[in-house]
Amino acid sequence: MKILVVEDELDMLDNLVRSLEEENYIVESATTFDSASEKIHLYQYDCILLDIGLPDGNGLILLEELKKLDPDQGVIIVSAKNAVDDKVAGLNLGADDYLPKPFHMAELHARVKSVLRRRKFKGNQLVELNNMIVDTDERTVSVEGKQVPLNRKEYDILLYFITNKNRLVSKTALGEHVWGDKIDEADSFDFIYSQIKNLRKKLKEHGTQLEIQAIYGIGYKLIEV
Amino acid sequence: MKLLNHTISYLAAVLFVVITCWAALLYYNLLDEIYDSLDDGLGNYKLLILDRLEEDTTLLSRHSFGEFNYAIKPISGPEVFTHTDVYTDTLMYMKNEKEFEPVRMLITVFQHQGTYYQLRVINTMVETDDLIADLLVSIIWLYLGLLASVLVVNNFLLKKAWTPFYRLVDQLKKFRLEKQETVKYEKTDVEEFKVLNHAVDKLIQNSTATYLSQKQFIENASHELQTPLAISLNKLELLVEENNLNDEQLKLLSSAIQNMERMARLNKSLLLLSKIENKQFVVEEEVSINAIAKEVLEDFEEQAAYKELRIELQENGTCLAQMNPDLANVLHTNLIKNAIVHNHQQGFVNITINPDEIIVENSGSNKALDPQKMFSRFQHESKSASSTGLGLPIVKAIANLYNLQVNYTFQEHHKLILSFAYSYRQKK
Repeated sequence: MKILVVEDELDMLDNLVRSLEEENYIVESATTFDSASEKIHLYQYDCILLDIGLPDGNGLILLEELKKLDPDQGVIIVSAKNAVDDKVAGLNLGADDYLPKPFHMAELHARVKSVLRRRKFKGNQLVELNNMIVDTDERTVSVEGKQVPLNRKEYDILLYFITNKNRLVSKTALGEHVWGDKIDEADSFDFIYSQIKNLRKKLKEHGTQLEIQAIYGIGYKLIEV
Repeated sequence: MKLLNHTISYLAAVLFVVITCWAALLYYNLLDEIYDSLDDGLGNYKLLILDRLEEDTTLLSRHSFGEFNYAIKPISGPEVFTHTDVYTDTLMYMKNEKEFEPVRMLITVFQHQGTYYQLRVINTMVETDDLIADLLVSIIWLYLGLLASVLVVNNFLLKKAWTPFYRLVDQLKKFRLEKQETVKYEKTDVEEFKVLNHAVDKLIQNSTATYLSQKQFIENASHELQTPLAISLNKLELLVEENNLNDEQLKLLSSAIQNMERMARLNKSLLLLSKIENKQFVVEEEVSINAIAKEVLEDFEEQAAYKELRIELQENGTCLAQMNPDLANVLHTNLIKNAIVHNHQQGFVNITINPDEIIVENSGSNKALDPQKMFSRFQHESKSASSTGLGLPIVKAIANLYNLQVNYTFQEHHKLILSFAYSYRQKK
């Protein structure tokens, strides 16, 4: 998987590149409008992370250019502005997603994987993990052919963990992903614990080879056992 | 006291003094003129009598007035030489009035065939007491008439002249800086009002500019903070993912991350507030409050269950509102979140939806919130350190945007009523 990161803030770029490389993607980067434009004309990417607030040009113009070249490339707009107009304009121009800064790395990975699934594996929406199969289209989970009954939120939690396998997922990141940014009072994220407990029980009952580890004070990590 | 009546009270006092002085002056001038013409008449009469004497000496025997208005009597001695024409006021009995009335009398001395006579000629006089009484009555009428006309002029004409002033004051009373309304100035020829309009206009322009730049500052600052916040948060996350940290280090990092997240939330809420106040949510549609409330309640289901809250939703009708759907969501999320977060274990949340209002009642602290402060930014009343203190201000900002009424009461439990009645009437 080849990913292009267009970001003018070098520290931010470094974060994104590092984190994405850990997932074994081939990551390239561009820090200016011109270099990004050059890259998209020369190469093809599976997913492009595009900061639209570039100092030497509007990222939306870049997006337009990009979609003309190859409408099948996945694009996630990253922006510090979180403006409704930008979001609407970006999505109308064909961006797959809009990720406002600041965000959790786990959220970034979830979004990137979601875009890759949609763009890259068209028609094949299955995620396999040992003996477990997740159908992201039907939103169902089965272990060795047997359905695991999960409610909407349990499914969301599980998929989030799966996309962030072996990665530490903070309670806040998980909470914001599943419940949206509505539930933004940190003290209230304690309730997530009981959700995880239920999920663990269901996974164990169906004999999955997965374990959700609690990492003290921060969150959880999904590992294969 | 109104300025109008204030001036009238001064005017009344001044008028009183002026008119009194004027009346005294008039009285003396009038009297002087009357005496003058009476005395002229008496003098002329004297000459006529003396002419008549040349032909008719019987006149000399008229010693008393009787039916005539003159009397002649012979005199002698030193009196003769001291006499010149003397005009005096005296009293005389009037038969018709049956009382003594003032008369003007000319006393003079003349010589006829070697004998000296005293001639007295009289004429009836104005009765000064009557004159004074008449004058007084007229003056009182004049005074009252003047006052009445001043009042009339003030109340009908000056009031009209003051309309630009009152219109301006009415507008200023309702003026809210954050609504960015314009004040309409009445066209006026009055110099003072022109000055006032100009001054008010300048004041409003300056205040609006300051307000806007402050608002802009908050928005810019929030925007500019997003990137450094994102960088720091992600760097810490990367650090946590290095699998060589001990529990103590993880704990420290966890705390740093949590505070970073809190900062991000604060920043996001501030940005949202700025955007609401800057009216950046343009799209409006008819939204069902019932549907939104149910959706929000579902989002908070797990949280409520964790706190063992008893949640009841009572729908007494369908509540529709014309507003931005995202903001409608934010509004109800904050209302309901507030009721759930600031609650105690095994408490309750009752939501009632009526055709034009939503009522959220919840248990919580046993103390009423300060209605003056609860909608102000960063007024934490809860112990929760992670609370942004911007939930209710956001509710208020959205309510202000759509002219919704928010009312808070406390009777053993907290009760917030959000009324759509006014906004809906306006739209219709």
